[in-house]
Amino acid sequence: MVISNKPLRFILATLVACLPLISFANPEQDTVKVKTEVAHEAAEGTHAEPTDVKSKIKAFINHHLLDAHDFTFLANEETGEHYGFSLPIILWDNGLQVFSSSKFHHGEETAEHNGNFYVLHHEKIYKTDASGTLTQEHGHPTNATPLDLSITKSVVGILGIAVLMFVLFTGLAKSYAKNGGIATGAGRFFEPLVLYVRDEIAIPNIGEKGYKKYMSYLLTIFFFIFFLNILGLTPLGFNVTGNIAITASLALLTYLITTFTANKNYWGHIFWMPGVPTPMKFILAPIELLGTIIKPFSLMIRLYANILAGHVVLMSIIGLMFIFKSWIGSTLSFGLAFALSILEILVAFLQAYIFTMLSALYFGAGNEEHHHEEAHH
Amino acid sequence: MDKLINDFSFGLFIWQIAIFVGLILLLKKFAWKPILDAVNDREEGIKNALLSAENARKEMQNLQADNQRILQEARLERDNMLKDAREMKEKMVADAKNEAQAQGLKMIEQAKAAIESEKNAAMAELKLQVSTLSLSIAEKILKDELSNKEAQTKLVEKMLGDVKLN
Repeated sequence: MVISNKPLRFILATLVACLPLISFANPEQDTVKVKTEVAHEAAEGTHAEPTDVKSKIKAFINHHLLDAHDFTFLANEETGEHYGFSLPIILWDNGLQVFSSSKFHHGEETAEHNGNFYVLHHEKIYKTDASGTLTQEHGHPTNATPLDLSITKSVVGILGIAVLMFVLFTGLAKSYAKNGGIATGAGRFFEPLVLYVRDEIAIPNIGEKGYKKYMSYLLTIFFFIFFLNILGLTPLGFNVTGNIAITASLALLTYLITTFTANKNYWGHIFWMPGVPTPMKFILAPIELLGTIIKPFSLMIRLYANILAGHVVLMSIIGLMFIFKSWIGSTLSFGLAFALSILEILVAFLQAYIFTMLSALYFGAGNEEHHHEEAHH
Repeated sequence: MDKLINDFSFGLFIWQIAIFVGLILLLKKFAWKPILDAVNDREEGIKNALLSAENARKEMQNLQADNQRILQEARLERDNMLKDAREMKEKMVADAKNEAQAQGLKMIEQAKAAIESEKNAAMAELKLQVSTLSLSIAEKILKDELSNKEAQTKLVEKMLGDVKLN
């Protein structure tokens, strides 16, 4: 008899294999759900509130994946109480409109400010009238959306991480001067990571000559993504790096830096590829040009999708605990959630590493010296 | 894709760009530059320390070689000096010997001369003594044997001849 030396893998594999059997074994519940939803919709009209556990979990996950205009740690759904604090709403709607998010009452009420009415629908602010009507079309409201510059939960997270990074790394920088070139304090833990970014990411990909001018960006982006990924794993419920606007801005910066620091050789390879027949050069130019945009686009999607998927899977498995409501199923779900959380820590580091590494690679490509001529000598 | 575009929040995008660019600039000035400088300095320091240790080792080796050479030279010098001293000593001894010999010879010469002169003086004295003795003898003979003239004369001559032979 063969005994595997990887029992954990077997347990996990068996568990995953059994999951659909358990979760779809109760068709009765589905019918119940349909009934209640129909009843609910009939009662409240357009705004459907999920009532059974499964759709509640789904709604909760969807809600979590979005940014939030207030900071809620937990909510008591029976009494409708929310425990957390409000955040400022800043809108640009014919002038600056600033008010507290408590006016929305967690999306349940229409907020009135300076004679304008706003409603919060799926964490998006729409302009509305006094009664709070939303004209729906293809499932999306067609009301006007003012430019929303609110300090949302994600902005709080970004600011928090920015302050943390500033305190941590200025502390590290100061400790060198104080202690004769040897780091002390909490920053000391991050010094090997700083050196890792320099020696394993920047220098091999960009080259000894030009790596220095990119170091600030690479170090900042590495620790920023790493810290925000880790923050996303805490029970505070941040989902910052799993937000397309965040990854888009990071990718845009990488694209802009690559474009503006690239040398003649880089552009030469894009518009007039050396070493291929002239007709091919005309075909290659648009492809290469498109490639420069696809590269940062892939950066954006990769980070967004990895973190989002991690959050969805982890929350779904945690949600399974409440669906099973049996000591064996819930325990297995807990074990799986625990194992996946550990995996997510690895992913948090890995995604930060990949984003930084690929950024460095693109910078390196933009700064490459002419190697073809050197080869002839 | 529709969901992606719908989820895209321009406000968050603007905040993120502003905060992130600010963070990069702040960290560049207050953290990354000092940190990387410090780390570079430290690495340079280690490199220099290793290099100087290597140099010191080489210098030490040179110094040791120098010491050896100087010692060798000193030893050679000492040997030379010893040799010179020995030669000088031998020469001095030889000189002294020669001089002593010369002096000795001279003294012997002088002594010889003195002895000769003393001998001559003694001879003269002896001769005087002999002559007086012979005179006294002659007197006695004359006194005793004045009767026998011939025999007397013969005797005197014989005696005088003896004296002369002396």
